[in-house]
Amino acid sequence: MARTPGGPADVLRQIPMILAKDLLIEWRARSRAFALACFALTLLLLFSFAVGADAATLRAHAGAYLWMSVLLSSTLLLAQSLQHEVEGGALDTLTLAPVSPAALFYGKALANAAQLVLLTAVALPPVIALFDAPVKEPLGLLVLVSVLGCAGVAAPGTLYAALTARLASKQLLLPLLLFPLIVPCLLASVKATSLLMSGDPMGQVGSWLGLLLAFDVLYWSLCGLLFGRVIAA
Amino acid sequence: MTADTSEAPVAALPPPAAAVSCVGLARRFGRRWAFSRVDLEVPAGQRLLVMGANGSGKTTLLKVISTLLAPSLGQLRVCGIDPAEDPAAARRRLHLLSHSLGLYEDLSGEDNLRVFGRLLGKDDLDVDPVLRQVGLERRPDPIRAYSAGMRKRLQLAALLVKGPELTLLDEPFAALDPLGCAAVEGLIAALPGAVIVASHQVVRASRLCERAILMDQGAVRWMGPAEQAVEAWRALHGGDDLQGGG
Repeated sequence: MARTPGGPADVLRQIPMILAKDLLIEWRARSRAFALACFALTLLLLFSFAVGADAATLRAHAGAYLWMSVLLSSTLLLAQSLQHEVEGGALDTLTLAPVSPAALFYGKALANAAQLVLLTAVALPPVIALFDAPVKEPLGLLVLVSVLGCAGVAAPGTLYAALTARLASKQLLLPLLLFPLIVPCLLASVKATSLLMSGDPMGQVGSWLGLLLAFDVLYWSLCGLLFGRVIAA
Repeated sequence: MTADTSEAPVAALPPPAAAVSCVGLARRFGRRWAFSRVDLEVPAGQRLLVMGANGSGKTTLLKVISTLLAPSLGQLRVCGIDPAEDPAAARRRLHLLSHSLGLYEDLSGEDNLRVFGRLLGKDDLDVDPVLRQVGLERRPDPIRAYSAGMRKRLQLAALLVKGPELTLLDEPFAALDPLGCAAVEGLIAALPGAVIVASHQVVRASRLCERAILMDQGAVRWMGPAEQAVEAWRALHGGDDLQGGG
């Protein structure tokens, strides 16, 4: 059957291309990723200094420190992700190619989510070492929480990055818009991570994973629908 | 029984749709009109020069024709397609080479062309002949290290990869030295399909075109053969600010 130009098949074909393009750009400019990882690790050190030498408190809140570090670093990553398109006028080239706005959104959001998962993976060993918080539940569950949590930040983050990309105060506006929106995602990620680190005898992780999944489904659908309007505006 | 086809009437093919057709086209930003009441027909394969001083509305007109901006008033058809009804179909047939690079600074020229080719569905694109055609060679460094002339050539390479029916060129000679201008002029002259060149380098750009329009303060003040473009410019603006005589 012939492919309809601009149809769902075209969108599905374009998503991996946008994803590969964004990951290629980040690989070519990998010094930025290194700086971002250093920033996340510096935040972890600051948290440990701020709390002091109380080992029990540090251990109890290790999950929160991990996610706060990832969240604060994510604003730098997300703000950068649309700059490639806006500053050089590449967004116009993509629009005229034509690349579907939905493909552009899902490709970029997947690239952002992948980078956030990588950042979480880099930050996790120092969290375990600094805060003496070994993972007591299966590591696979922690990977799942990381993927769902990062996806929950990436979808609205990509939308708001597009919304603020042309504004002079984008570095300030992006976290102001994003942080209140992702409170449920942050709460569920922190709670699930803390349970996996301290042990989950009551089996509560499942409900937090369910909340994360519902949040992701809602925002990946909603932001995909709104992205076209945002970049057109 | 065999039919005698020699006498059979042959259905006439419809004439090719105009590359651009606009009636009463206008665009405003807030209360300020960037241009208004532009009536224009560019037949397929024709080259049109859009002249005008800075702020005359050339760039906005090209952005509206390219479908990046919606018109505030009027009707527009690109290659026979109404962009309001099917923007993707219109966009597949055109390419805009604008002031901004439109490519990724962190990638090499080769990477940029490959990425662009894949997005156009040309997965097996061989970039070497395209780079040779525009006088560029393979370089592994990112294009942020390229000179203005090399960037312009790379933009033209992306244009060749797409191969549109309608090419829109906004100030293609900007920031180029005389040698760069001559090279880009040669590349533009070889472009297939309809071409609209917006430039205030009247002498150089008029050599590339058959027809010209002169815009001033958002209105079309003159329309005629490109050979008369220089006189039309002088009549409106005087002769001192003519550029691109090389």
